[in-house]
Amino acid sequence: MINWQFTLHPDHTINLDTNDRTLARLLEEKEPTSRICMACGSCGGTCTAAQFEPVSFRHILLMVRRGETESVRSELTKCMYCGKCTLVCPRGVNTRHILALLRTMLIN
Amino acid sequence: MHTRKHILVIGGGVAGMESAIHLCDMGYEVTLIEKQDQLGGHVLKWDFLFPDHRPAYEITNELCPAVEEKATIKLQTEVKNIVRQNGHFEVALSDGEKLTADALLVATGFDLFDAHKKEEYGYGIYDNVITAAELEERFQNKIPIRTAAGKKPARVGFVHCVGSRDEKVGNEYCSKVCCVTAVKQAMRVRESLPGCEVFCFYMDLRMFGRYFEDLYREAQEKWGVQFIRGRLSEAAEDIDQRIIVKLEDTLAGRPLRMAVDLLVLLTGFVPSEGTRRMATMLNLPLGNDRFIKPSDEHLRRNLTPVPGVFVTGASAGPRSISESISDARAAALEIAAWFNNSSQHAI
Repeated sequence: MINWQFTLHPDHTINLDTNDRTLARLLEEKEPTSRICMACGSCGGTCTAAQFEPVSFRHILLMVRRGETESVRSELTKCMYCGKCTLVCPRGVNTRHILALLRTMLIN
Repeated sequence: MHTRKHILVIGGGVAGMESAIHLCDMGYEVTLIEKQDQLGGHVLKWDFLFPDHRPAYEITNELCPAVEEKATIKLQTEVKNIVRQNGHFEVALSDGEKLTADALLVATGFDLFDAHKKEEYGYGIYDNVITAAELEERFQNKIPIRTAAGKKPARVGFVHCVGSRDEKVGNEYCSKVCCVTAVKQAMRVRESLPGCEVFCFYMDLRMFGRYFEDLYREAQEKWGVQFIRGRLSEAAEDIDQRIIVKLEDTLAGRPLRMAVDLLVLLTGFVPSEGTRRMATMLNLPLGNDRFIKPSDEHLRRNLTPVPGVFVTGASAGPRSISESISDARAAALEIAAWFNNSSQHAI
């Protein structure tokens, strides 16, 4: 491989014109509460795994809704399905179900 | 009856009308002047109101006939000059009439921020950038929501805080009602154009009023309105006349760009030209937001330091219609108390 002395960076911008947001729509059909997150971060605050690993339900859901699906794959594997996030969510988002659905749709 | 105190109410919007009605009911003689050819003020331009979606004309249908029956109304009239003499105000009006008033109530309200000043959002440059007031006018006139080229928009964006919370335009304050107005209008767009995606670009959602939070939730849950936290840095037009918006998605911590077919700017409140003129003419103190500053923000919200001059409605800061109406009633009471408490002014 020739070393050209420079590297190419992928665009860091979220582009809602080119991003594929099919997964978010599918998720909305299967779990309508995925629409009503208000990004308070209660889920991430209580998350057992988040104390040790970079994982946040709020971030996962946001990225899926923006069509940035690839970036959440590794985050999804950190969840242990304890369900504490579902208990603390003030809007009644079925967080545990969403995480399980996403895992099925994206990984399994 | 010649001993009745005479109050001049300046401004015939909801605040001025509501105060005038209550002052008349308390037995005062009231003259209400309005610079437009019709009573009602800004409410005349709104189609429906938050949070319950009631038609806006219900407000004017109730207030206008009531005030017309009770007070002396002078339309297309402005104050030219005011001289204080022996505890009275000698007021010269634009139609040449002179009248004597025992008290003045400033109800001159607000203007909407001129969106041209936020040049980076392209208002007045791109045809598909409109203001929320223009969208409301389309709702009111039953004009279908279309792009400048007459196409059904596939995406509509709402920009919060245009001319509010922005030192660049000299307005540091929050205009209060734009957030809920955006949510209200976003829901209506989704309702009238089911296939259209709707995005709200906000910094904070200030759902301060009763039922506003319900509206926010309904917008997400029922109508699928999408909220993106971040202030628009710029809007530009592409070759298809779509509007490319750029902002940071601050929840994702990454820049975001997208094209919308129609961009709606939620322009904030500024003191109206009339409010500025009255403040200068009467030497009324202003807050750092340039709205009229009452004597006490908690206890005397309608009193000014100038004896006999009172203030109500949005001339003392951004307010919703219901807040203006409550405030207008309070102003009527404040004026009555002022007359009663000063013996030389006893009714």
